[in-house]
Amino acid sequence: MSDLRYLEDVITLRFDVDKCTGCGQCALVCPHGVFVMDGNRAKVVDRGACMECGACALNCAFGAIDVKSGVGCAAAIIASYFRRGDVSCGPDDTGGSTGVCC
Amino acid sequence: MPGSKVTRPRLDQPFVTGSIDTLTGTVPVVPVELTWRDRRGGYKVRWGIGRYTYTVDPGLYAVGSPTDLSPVLVTANYKLTFDALRRTLTGRDAWILVLDTRGINVWCAAGKGTFGTAELVSRVKSSGLAQVVSHGVLVLPQLGATGVAAHEVRRGTGFRVLWGPVRAADLPAFLDAGSRATAEMRTVTFPLRDRLVLIPVEAANVVALALAVAAGAVVTGGIGPGWYSVARALERAPIGIAAAFAAIIAGTVVAPALLPWLPCRMFAVKGAIVGLAAALLIDLVFWSAGAPFSLAAAGVVAVAGASFAAMNFTGTSTFTSLHGVEKEMRLVMPWQALGAVLAVGLWIAGGWL
Repeated sequence: MSDLRYLEDVITLRFDVDKCTGCGQCALVCPHGVFVMDGNRAKVVDRGACMECGACALNCAFGAIDVKSGVGCAAAIIASYFRRGDVSCGPDDTGGSTGVCC
Repeated sequence: MPGSKVTRPRLDQPFVTGSIDTLTGTVPVVPVELTWRDRRGGYKVRWGIGRYTYTVDPGLYAVGSPTDLSPVLVTANYKLTFDALRRTLTGRDAWILVLDTRGINVWCAAGKGTFGTAELVSRVKSSGLAQVVSHGVLVLPQLGATGVAAHEVRRGTGFRVLWGPVRAADLPAFLDAGSRATAEMRTVTFPLRDRLVLIPVEAANVVALALAVAAGAVVTGGIGPGWYSVARALERAPIGIAAAFAAIIAGTVVAPALLPWLPCRMFAVKGAIVGLAAALLIDLVFWSAGAPFSLAAAGVVAVAGASFAAMNFTGTSTFTSLHGVEKEMRLVMPWQALGAVLAVGLWIAGGWL
């Protein structure tokens, strides 16, 4: 566990163990060790470490995971006030740059 | 693949040192050693220079003398990323499949979706990969999982996705262990070294803002009795300039470096604490000027500015969530705005007092 932790009470991660088939993808892709395999099911062991990147939900073929994902980036959130669309990094779809970070 | 056109990266890119022929055409070979030109390019983009055009052609490349059994490593077309990958492959034969992420690194591009399922599926097809390798396996950086759904790649291409380590530096150990990652290889950390290397680009991003604040302070510094005095503006200029630069140094250099040791989880508060120290330092240096309102304004600029700059480091860090940052911003931005208004008022008053 890292000594760097962030605000934990607003995390939107939800896991439905009844839909879990135990494929283990979530535990593989999570970069913060939120999931571990517990027998033939996944288990959330460190919900507060979730950074809402969405990798687990995208790679769950069985729809057992739901998270309102996005980037934890103040510059991207500020940029999203001035243009339509999601909070995200990088050039927008027209090929122009948002002018912020990556 | 019958009917689909195979496209290859250009052979005349400066880092390409050779080529090998495959069933589906000529593939550029790249070395594992970086040249001084590669290093200079990497150094420049760390300062934000030419960052959005620092790209390599998407498509299939070769390292060493790969065969149909050699691993396929998937990466982004940001050249800094491509170089970080190939330099770990000393003494190995491998294929590198570069996705078109518009020159953005893997993690950010995955969040955006350009390092994504659709791009990977179409790049596997347009590179003719099924005719080049026989094992049907793609090794992806784990942080690409935010944009790539492994089960959909399999459905779209027949290729199986193996999640590689988070850091390219762990790739040799991962490959030698039979494509198995340890828990450490799967975990994102944010050590001092990683934070320090990001400071130049972070500072470059806000230096324009700091210059604008400094210029504004110098110009408005002349307001006072008799309406305007250039002499007064010049006399107060050092305090205004010091405040603006104290704010960005505190918020983009000191606060990120000291991140784990500063109290409170909110980055804006960590920045404000360092900003307060900077404010005290400014007071100490300029105490003999006998300008209490100007010094108070400078102090508020240092605290609020450092707080804002540090808040922007949330996006650079590796552990903040969207809803956490939204909460932080809701809590702190009214105070930062109040600080900005207060600083302007104190600074103008300082022309008289």
